[in-house]
Amino acid sequence: MQQFPCPFCGLRDEREFHFAGEAGKMRPDTSGEVTQTDWSRYLNSYKNREGKASEVWVHLPCQEYFIMHRDTLSMKVLGTEQLRRQEEI
Amino acid sequence: MSSSRLPGYGLIDHSKTLAFQFDGKQFQGHPGDTLASALLANGVRIIARSFKYHRPRGVWGAWFDDPNAIFDVSLNGIKIPNCAGATTCLRDGMRVQSVNTFPTAQFDVKAILDWFSPFLPAGFYYKTFMWPNWHLFEPTIRKMAGLGKLSEEITENYQSDQIHQNCDLLVVGGGAAGLVAASAAAQSGQSVLLVEDHNIAGGGLYRRGREIENQPPGHWVEQQIDAIKSAGGQLLLATTAFGVYDHNLVALAEDRGFGRAPRLWKIRAKRIVMTTGAIDRPLTFVNNDRPGVMSVEGALEFLGRYGVLAGRQIALLSNNNRAEPSANLLREAGANVRVLDATQGSPAAIGGKILRGIEFAAQTIACDTILASGGLTPVVHLWRQAGGKLDWDEKISAFIPGKPPNNMVAAGSVNGTFDLEEAMAEARAAALDLPVPRTDSSFQVKTLSPDRHSTGRQWIDFQHDVTLKDIELAARENYASVEHLKRYTTLGMASDQGKTSNMAGLDALASIQNRSIPEVGTTTFRPPFIPVPLELYRGAHRQQLLHPLKRLILEPEHRAAGAALGEYGGWLRPAWYGTGSSHEAIKQEVLAARNNAAIIDASPLGKIEILGPDAEKFVNFVFYNTISTLKPGHIRYGFMLSERGIIFDDGVVTRIDENRFIISCSSSHVDSVNRALEGWRQDGNDPDSVFVHDTTQNWSTITISGPQARKILTVLDLGVDLSPEAFPHMSFRQGNFASDPARISRVSFTGDLSYEISVPLSNTSLLWSAVISSGKPLGAALVGVEALAILRAEKGYIFVGKDTDGETMPHDLGLSIPRMRKKTPFVGDRALHTLTANSENRRQLVGLLIGKDDEILTTGAHLIENSGTRPRSIGYVTSSYHSPTLGHPIALALLEKGTTLTGKTVPVWNQGETRQAKVVSPCLFDAEGGRLNA
Repeated sequence: MQQFPCPFCGLRDEREFHFAGEAGKMRPDTSGEVTQTDWSRYLNSYKNREGKASEVWVHLPCQEYFIMHRDTLSMKVLGTEQLRRQEEI
Repeated sequence: MSSSRLPGYGLIDHSKTLAFQFDGKQFQGHPGDTLASALLANGVRIIARSFKYHRPRGVWGAWFDDPNAIFDVSLNGIKIPNCAGATTCLRDGMRVQSVNTFPTAQFDVKAILDWFSPFLPAGFYYKTFMWPNWHLFEPTIRKMAGLGKLSEEITENYQSDQIHQNCDLLVVGGGAAGLVAASAAAQSGQSVLLVEDHNIAGGGLYRRGREIENQPPGHWVEQQIDAIKSAGGQLLLATTAFGVYDHNLVALAEDRGFGRAPRLWKIRAKRIVMTTGAIDRPLTFVNNDRPGVMSVEGALEFLGRYGVLAGRQIALLSNNNRAEPSANLLREAGANVRVLDATQGSPAAIGGKILRGIEFAAQTIACDTILASGGLTPVVHLWRQAGGKLDWDEKISAFIPGKPPNNMVAAGSVNGTFDLEEAMAEARAAALDLPVPRTDSSFQVKTLSPDRHSTGRQWIDFQHDVTLKDIELAARENYASVEHLKRYTTLGMASDQGKTSNMAGLDALASIQNRSIPEVGTTTFRPPFIPVPLELYRGAHRQQLLHPLKRLILEPEHRAAGAALGEYGGWLRPAWYGTGSSHEAIKQEVLAARNNAAIIDASPLGKIEILGPDAEKFVNFVFYNTISTLKPGHIRYGFMLSERGIIFDDGVVTRIDENRFIISCSSSHVDSVNRALEGWRQDGNDPDSVFVHDTTQNWSTITISGPQARKILTVLDLGVDLSPEAFPHMSFRQGNFASDPARISRVSFTGDLSYEISVPLSNTSLLWSAVISSGKPLGAALVGVEALAILRAEKGYIFVGKDTDGETMPHDLGLSIPRMRKKTPFVGDRALHTLTANSENRRQLVGLLIGKDDEILTTGAHLIENSGTRPRSIGYVTSSYHSPTLGHPIALALLEKGTTLTGKTVPVWNQGETRQAKVVSPCLFDAEGGRLNA
């Protein structure tokens, strides 16, 4: 059983989290034409990287969606960051 | 009677006597005994039969490494099957029964199976019972197999509990090294937890019987424990660390005595010191499975801890330099011991049920007991579970901990450091996170491989009857990988999970393949290290604690009204009211709803508010339907889709004002809808401009539906003009009830004029009684979920997930306008225009009619097409009821090209029976909507 750091709540048991997708995946702009291939790639193609991967996870009790960087080989959590754009100073 | 109790020896209490029964015979033991030690003390040699050939089996080891002593034990009306005899403490009055034997272990009729052993090699079942069909043979074979018998009685209060704890340092194993590590760490200020699986700490100290730091072992152990405790450390006895999981989570099972479920401790340790020690390794020789053949360390443990001398005439067969010191300990206890160097000949045990001697180097030596040791095997299970690597130590012929996993360090015998002083030095360093000094062990072992040319059978796995020949056969048939070997022969799959047989098996395979043991490699080490009951994992995860029901605030009122409560989407809701026949009650509720009015507690209905300047854009994006054109005070029905275009939920959206919406999602989908909304809000939108707020449990909702609904509302005096012109269908008004806000939605799930009144929780009971007192004179009835399900089906309204499935898109339900016309992006939009989405063969929602007096169709029954060579399913019944309103059965179905088949007849197939149904529109009641808009 792993522990993941929620940016909002801190270290919590992995059972409190759900995987929510690959980070950095952009939804095709459907206000224009989107080819079958692009849509299919959006729905079905995952990099599924061996080693360092960035994923979106949600911490269910606080509903915070965030980006987690993990090593998919060693299962090590490399860090988390908030999903929201950081304020520009 | 070859084995016997020695007065004055061991840690047991000789002054008290415990009576117990084994296979119907009466025996006596002492407090501190295990079942195995008590039986040995009484000279009982045959305590079990092997799994396959029913060969007699005796005790081999003194603790978790014993593969043979498996018993069904009863005490005080509690019967626990398959207790490990070497680790189960004796209690007064226990009734112990050998398993897989008839009538007893001493005399077992199935022992005749051993005669057929030449015909029962490894893989016998795989090869023999394949033709014509394994299932023909399975019942008989299953009956022959298996160990203990389950009791018919349920053991009351057999309930585990679970404790979560963390510490700086967890020390696994309370032998000398563990005690030293724990006390050093505790004194350095670390929070320390020491776990020891025996109920007395000290590990192997009692085995050797010698002084430690100039004190007797018992005294020294006491001192260490005092030191640990006074420095704030914690000690858990009778507790086994059985699994290591990610991020240093260690699972411990605390034995709470016979008949009670062990307690599960989940420990998060910053660091772990493994002082798990080592166990004896069997020697592979002819008839080495005979009762009376034991491990050397086991015999010493029985002597030192339990005061039991394994035999009087002992042949001690060993390949290492511990043989003489061990023999001397046994000699001091009164045994006649002859030490034999196992590398100097091919031994064979002589005798059947009673051991008579050993043949060795062309001579026959009479003895009643053979103690055999093929070296020591460090207990590296947890180390490997955690991902630590193993190194092969040629000098001691054993795998020892190599590259460590994170935050774990090994010390003492588990490192192959079998000398006490050195082991304690390692432990001290490990405890303080200093480099662990490694010294050369004085232990010496000669390499020894099984003699493959002897004629007799040589056992590798005692309990599962895997012999050297079986391993040779498997290797010949190219089960060359050790993982394949294990599964083909069942080597290491006995209840000790290979603790004894694994190394012997690897040794055998290595010598057959002319490879080294490290080249052969080990099988995977997996938790649990010792057998644990499933109850351990369950603990408090049961019933209401596992799956808490959501309770209605009106539950007392429903109960008072005679409601039959049932679980619907996680909520405990009234299914129907009244104590008579459910069928009749539901029918009356439907009729009252159609003729007069229905009063329904709809509080579980989702009420997720979307607020903020981006609210309109957001709701428009997450909904299939166009929401941007919805005016404040109005309501629109629609779908939420997945990105694959599949209907995820349905419900109504209410626009309260410019920047505030309420999404009324399905009662059972509130959590998942909320999560999806939060996902889109935080990942893809500006989370500062739109907010998602689930207020489902802040408001209670009571639905009043039916021709009399308006009159009932008039009496409630909500401060809202209820006339159809002022308050039409699909609109929303804010009124007052009991001086507090009331939200009134004119929406309908029944097809009749309906209002949903939502009030803050505190006003729920007040509103409920007001609605009832104004409704009762008008013939209104309390209506449960079952009647509501019929009312909506008459109208052709769907339940998402019941009348839709994982392929259903909105246009399959006839709602295709947004798909064709909505210009702005929305979730799932592109997916509605794929080849699949555009297919002409999509399953569409239809209604089905059968004869007026026919029995209703079975939900799930297939609609079939008979045109091809074989019937083909073209859909299925999703909902089916008898409609009290219409007076005939009705059904909804998903049917391929359904809308084009209207008016046609389709065969409905269920469990071999085919009926005919007519395809009609899903809406069979008030299709024009006169009642809805009344």
